[in-house]
Amino acid sequence: MQEFVLQAEHLEVLIQVVRSEGFQLMGPVVRNGAITYDEISTASDLPRGWGDEQEKGYYRVSRNDSGAYFAYAVGVGSWKQFLQLPRRKVWEAHKKDDAMDILEVLDEVPARAFLGVRSCDLHAIAIQDRVFAEGQYRNENYARRRQNILLIAVNCTTPAATCFCTVMNTGPKVTTPTDLTMTEVIDHKEHYFVIRSESQRGREILKQLPLSSLEERHSLAEEQALQAAVQKMQEGPRKFDSAGVKELLYRNYDSPVWDQVAERCLSCANCTMACPTCFCSTVEDTTDLTGEHAERWERWDSCFTGDFSYISGGSVRASTRSRYRQWMTHKLATWHDQFDTSGCVGCGRCITWCPVGIDLTEEVQRIQQLDKTL
Amino acid sequence: MVRHPGAIGSRPGKLKLAVWKFASCDGCQLSLLDCEDELLQLADNIDIAYFMEASSHAEPGPYDLSLVEGSITTSADAERIREVRKQSRVMVAIGACATAGGIQALRNFSDVEEFISAVYAHPEYIATLKTSTPASAHVTVDFELQGCPINKRQLLEVISAFLHRRAPQVPAHSVCIECKLRGNVCVWVAHGTPCMGPVTQAGCGAICPSYHRGCYGCYGPKENSNTTSLCHWWEQELGVEKVTVVENLRNFNAAAPVFDAASREWESRDEQE
Repeated sequence: MQEFVLQAEHLEVLIQVVRSEGFQLMGPVVRNGAITYDEISTASDLPRGWGDEQEKGYYRVSRNDSGAYFAYAVGVGSWKQFLQLPRRKVWEAHKKDDAMDILEVLDEVPARAFLGVRSCDLHAIAIQDRVFAEGQYRNENYARRRQNILLIAVNCTTPAATCFCTVMNTGPKVTTPTDLTMTEVIDHKEHYFVIRSESQRGREILKQLPLSSLEERHSLAEEQALQAAVQKMQEGPRKFDSAGVKELLYRNYDSPVWDQVAERCLSCANCTMACPTCFCSTVEDTTDLTGEHAERWERWDSCFTGDFSYISGGSVRASTRSRYRQWMTHKLATWHDQFDTSGCVGCGRCITWCPVGIDLTEEVQRIQQLDKTL
Repeated sequence: MVRHPGAIGSRPGKLKLAVWKFASCDGCQLSLLDCEDELLQLADNIDIAYFMEASSHAEPGPYDLSLVEGSITTSADAERIREVRKQSRVMVAIGACATAGGIQALRNFSDVEEFISAVYAHPEYIATLKTSTPASAHVTVDFELQGCPINKRQLLEVISAFLHRRAPQVPAHSVCIECKLRGNVCVWVAHGTPCMGPVTQAGCGAICPSYHRGCYGCYGPKENSNTTSLCHWWEQELGVEKVTVVENLRNFNAAAPVFDAASREWESRDEQE
């Protein structure tokens, strides 16, 4: 691993080098009152001097005078939207005499770089990789999109109040494979990035940047920033004991907590859409008026809809109680049996984007407390 | 004499379509005429046998597919909808009026006699029912396409599905899913704008939130709507006044059972205080 210092004013050089290598660069931008992810063509597209405030069912961005490029937590939406497309045509069929022509839709996949990926989201991508690219049922569309992604991670020093990556052991420090990993440091009048390359492609990019050597004071400042983030989450409201949660949920299918949460839950599916690991999709088959042309579309689906579990005779999970229980038990328990990891990375998006502020960490703690009294 | 409706499907030639109007603004029928690019294809594939808004030429029934727009507000219409049902092999209610009673169902929450005496010089000429009700309150309806007005793309989907004997792709889930599929930033969470999206059925393509406005609930309640929880949050966290909560529930789908019950519940809270 190589490690250097990149002055903040040279972030533009990094961006242009990545673009000149042929990557379409995706990164955070401020749009419609939120940090979202979109194409970046220059450093000035980044949300410099913007921060965010996240709470249960609450999200606001605001300007600050820090001058930092990455001083906010995870944005609305996630990198999932670029890998598992929200909607895509899978195939189309055309009647031809007595036969049927079926054409698989192979869309063009751009070579992309993701800039500013946080550790929680790297874990989320790894979880989706396991589901779509490494498992028994490979999703070729995902695998092709994922294949050449250049990952430029940013260590998270500005977690939101909704974050709990320390509980899920997914951050804030990047520990999984990337191409480049950066930490933004603003120390007195200095503003720089500690930058490390972890791959051949990363090293090729570093070669083209105006770098200086990493000194002890840089490492110290970086470590302090990361420790502050850890401490903020340790003291924060979303800290809970995640040990034994799988077994806890398995013995609490009939907990009254599910009834209580169902009173509030809108079964609107926002949590699952915002979640960076929720991978469920459905296919919609349609014909046109002539019946000579048919299409199959894949789109994101959610375990919170009635259609999701609809089979002959009706929906298996008709009640909100059963839908919420299914979702949370899958995330925190059955996911372990199915994929050998947790399905939750502690990014807090489900908490922020729930319109009525349902907080997964609170629900777990409620079940834990009731479990103790039994 | 009307032939048994079940026998019609085996008839050779094109299937027959009828479009009916009850108490309504005609906007949903217009959605069919709005299918400009697809209209010729539609006429190629189905015999438009009865569609007064488009043509005064009317073929007699029975009909294979009847699209019913409008709600039932008079005793004459309550009779007529039964006749239409008898003439129709498959009946699809289109729009908020036919599926939930429409905006005119606001009368269900008030005294119609009082309106009539206040508005009309000769109230004795007015013969109307006390309530505005959906087609399903009077006859069996095979499918309900919600929306005020309906989405023409969804209407074509329902007709195509009928023609080719498959289930229509008309999801009963929330507008929120449409917002998320479009990549919209949630106006509720990120702007504090009250939005009916979480309790409203998808279908419009999340038009209002796409323009940074809250959803008005034009498409009526989604499956498994939790209006009580939504109203609590509006009031307690978004600072919405009770009167606004009730107004939002009493819109084009005021008499949809879920919205009806919630608005009455919220109104009676006012009275209790």
